[in-house]
Amino acid sequence: MAAVKLYPPRPEKVYLFGTCLIDMFYPEAGLDAMRLLEREGIEVIFPDDQTCCGQPAYTSGYHDEAREVARAQLGLFPEPWPIIVPSGSCGGMMRAHYPQLFAGSVDEALARDVAGRVFELTEFLVHVCHLPLKDRGESETIAMHTSCSARREMGLADTGPALLAKLGQVELVEQARASECCGFGGTFAVRHPEVSAAMVEDKTQAIEAAGAKRFVTSDCGCLMNIAGRFAHQGKDVQGEHIASYLWRRTS
Amino acid sequence: MSAVQDAVHTYTPREFHRQAHDALGNPQIRDNFRRAMDGLMDKRRGVFSDWDLETLRELGANIRLRALAKLPDLLEQLEANCQANGIRVHWASDGDEACRIIGEICQSHDARAVIKGKSMVSEEMHLNAHLEQAGIEALESDLGEYLVQLNEQTPSHIIMPAIHLNTDEISEIMHTRTGTERTRDVDYMTAAARQQLRERFMAADVGVSGVNFAVAETGTLCLVENEGNGRMTTTVPPVHIAVTGIEKVVEQLRDVPPLYALLTRSATGQHVTTYFNMISGPRKPDEHDGPREVHLVLVDNGRSSIYQDDELLDTLRCIRCGACMNHCPVYTRVGGHTYGTTYPGPIGSILMPHMLGLEETKDLPTASSLCGACGEVCPVKIPIPDLLVRLRKESVGQGRGNVPGAGVKRSAKEVAAWKGFEWLATHPAAWRRTTALAGKLQKLLPSSIGPWTDYRSAPKPAKASLHALVKRHRRGEGES
Amino acid sequence: MSSRETILKRLRERSDGPLTAPVSDFAVVTGRGWDAAERVARFERLIGSVHGEVVHTSRASWTDTLAEVLAAKGVMRLALGRQHPVAAEARSALADGGVELVDADRDIEEWQREQFESVDAGLTSTRGGIAETGSLWLWPTPDEPRLISLVPPIHIAVLDADSIEDTFFDVVECHAWAQGMPTNALLISGPSKTADIEQTLAYGVHGPKALVVIVRHTGGVPA
Repeated sequence: MAAVKLYPPRPEKVYLFGTCLIDMFYPEAGLDAMRLLEREGIEVIFPDDQTCCGQPAYTSGYHDEAREVARAQLGLFPEPWPIIVPSGSCGGMMRAHYPQLFAGSVDEALARDVAGRVFELTEFLVHVCHLPLKDRGESETIAMHTSCSARREMGLADTGPALLAKLGQVELVEQARASECCGFGGTFAVRHPEVSAAMVEDKTQAIEAAGAKRFVTSDCGCLMNIAGRFAHQGKDVQGEHIASYLWRRTS
Repeated sequence: MSAVQDAVHTYTPREFHRQAHDALGNPQIRDNFRRAMDGLMDKRRGVFSDWDLETLRELGANIRLRALAKLPDLLEQLEANCQANGIRVHWASDGDEACRIIGEICQSHDARAVIKGKSMVSEEMHLNAHLEQAGIEALESDLGEYLVQLNEQTPSHIIMPAIHLNTDEISEIMHTRTGTERTRDVDYMTAAARQQLRERFMAADVGVSGVNFAVAETGTLCLVENEGNGRMTTTVPPVHIAVTGIEKVVEQLRDVPPLYALLTRSATGQHVTTYFNMISGPRKPDEHDGPREVHLVLVDNGRSSIYQDDELLDTLRCIRCGACMNHCPVYTRVGGHTYGTTYPGPIGSILMPHMLGLEETKDLPTASSLCGACGEVCPVKIPIPDLLVRLRKESVGQGRGNVPGAGVKRSAKEVAAWKGFEWLATHPAAWRRTTALAGKLQKLLPSSIGPWTDYRSAPKPAKASLHALVKRHRRGEGES
Repeated sequence: MSSRETILKRLRERSDGPLTAPVSDFAVVTGRGWDAAERVARFERLIGSVHGEVVHTSRASWTDTLAEVLAAKGVMRLALGRQHPVAAEARSALADGGVELVDADRDIEEWQREQFESVDAGLTSTRGGIAETGSLWLWPTPDEPRLISLVPPIHIAVLDADSIEDTFFDVVECHAWAQGMPTNALLISGPSKTADIEQTLAYGVHGPKALVVIVRHTGGVPA
């Protein structure tokens, strides 16, 4: 359970840490996050040397490798601006695990400083930007899957739905067992493919049964998993990162 | 009746993948667990609704941590107070020694029949098999344990041992093994079991039980139960042997109410169990019932090793409520037997590697999506996901080497892969070239990538990476 | 070295060094502040939710209520103590009735099969009740041994309304349990039950199928 976080006033500038999955597979989501922030009059700095937060190696037990990857990110945010991460999973890694990964090393203070400035995108939009949204889209019914990292590691079960609630034409339905994991879990999906498949199968069935033709999520791992399952079955249920959804409907 | 066994079916953690495959393909198992776990999660949510749960969990964690901080002193105090109360105390370094001690006590009374209350520690040390080898019959009296024993199985859940079986299957087992008429009437089956077991309670020479909390301050053994078999086991036979892990001790009597409140609510969503049975000695000269002799067997079996390490220590806070398995999306789908260990689910995956070694249990720490549901509901706030990661770290040889079998999963191929990842992710220019190239080559990339694409479509790298899109965006070029 | 010495030595010579014991704040399990009426109401609601039956009566006429309960349940043979006022009053009130009184203050070896097979109900006093969980607390005595609240198919427990306290923690603290524990201390919350057959509740698996709590009031008796 994440500790209660005190939110700063709206800053002039922020850093965007795009995450490796967005960089390679869902770059539009990263760009849309940037557009949402810029529309609020916030200058977005995208450090060009960013790569990956190191989480895949970390959860696999390869902490030496994870630490080096993380260390390569630590120096990218020299000014005291907030660091916005459009992923609960990577945000959770940076906020919760960086301090412990560097504990006792020369970079510990820097790791703590970075961790303290990390905000998940929807968290920042709700609690710092108090984001106003004017819905220009057609009316539709959607579901949201909040990632386990956002929900539990970062304590952000409500920020995604809070943003969607501001879209007047959108009805958000809750699928059965909404808080249950979709089965992605990074390398879990590869190491235990059958169990993971059973989990994502149940998740897609629940979303469909809720009557949603579309689902949004704030994590691209879950998106890749759930949308990949829908596509594999030839089902007409579309998945989208919440940043893209919000931008698309309000621009 | 797939779950009704004709012969002993043994499960092993080495075969996790095969066992998971079998369980996933068994609709009966899937359905039994899904419904049971949904019910348990709902009940737990309801029963905590009017509590300041976080404060209570904080207190629970704090009480357990305090007990562990003083563990050696408390064990000595427990021993002294138990002895002063007339309870004989024995110490066992491992399961075999504990079995030997219990066997010897039984033999000293010429015992032929042992009746058992529910005890996971006795499962951990395979007590029943040991006693049977010595010609002593050990009969389980908790209804779930009894059914599982009739079916020559092991428990699939630490609180609800027969949760993998449905009513029809249980009816078939009772019919085959005890001649009970086939029925779907649960009351009828319960009454039949009551009748069958009452004779056995009267005939038993020794009762063996577990312990939920052992109170150092007063030399008191606490047992939590609903059925009354625990009270029977600890009251009817002339000799009572309680067996427990050394970590179950708490400092004071006042530590018990908060832990009991957390245990019953977390386990089964009950405000309280039917019985809370606190035993502080054998029958006194003027008393008319209760055992003439009470023994306490304190079992280490790997616990003192776990105790050495500041991080792993948290494992020993566990009060065995089973909430972690009830809320685990993996356990819910594969069931308890798939793990092949005495303790299944998340707690088993962080505990069993210490008892069996990582070689035997190498698939358990990875059998989790790290979704955090277990840690979220743990009544004593064990950071189970962090401990799973720690064991993964030990498996690949990057831990402190404090777990038997550390390094067993280290392979040159995997190390090379992660070194490659590290190199790429620490060389930003190369990273950018790689993501750009992946986008250009997307048509050439395989649409089938191992197990992922057996169930899902393959993700396609975008034509332009976020790095590239941001550059265009900055130049004010047309986007997407 | 004995196992005892080995274990204690390993724990004492802990490789990561000695641990610091935290201090506990027990506020969350005490200080409910319920009044007498609320305690009774909560007790009844909670024990009722797990199939405990509650009958209210006055201190003066409780044995009439007992007789009614025995008649309603068809109890022919009742096991009970002798010295405790509850047992003594019950004995004198039931002396001329149709219920056979079975002495519970005998060594169990003398009457085990009788107790298991031909006693319809056991009557016991209680030391108090717990409002928060709907529990009774009993310290069995030579007069009222452990098994009479367990073996017969019906357990009838007599509880004074003013002995109900808020929480288990309050009971342990207020009555200084740690100063001297009996051989056996019990909390009882409803009749014996199990959900081991497909989560379906069934009562009376090993212990009583029914628990009747006769709550005695000195003031007004709630409707």
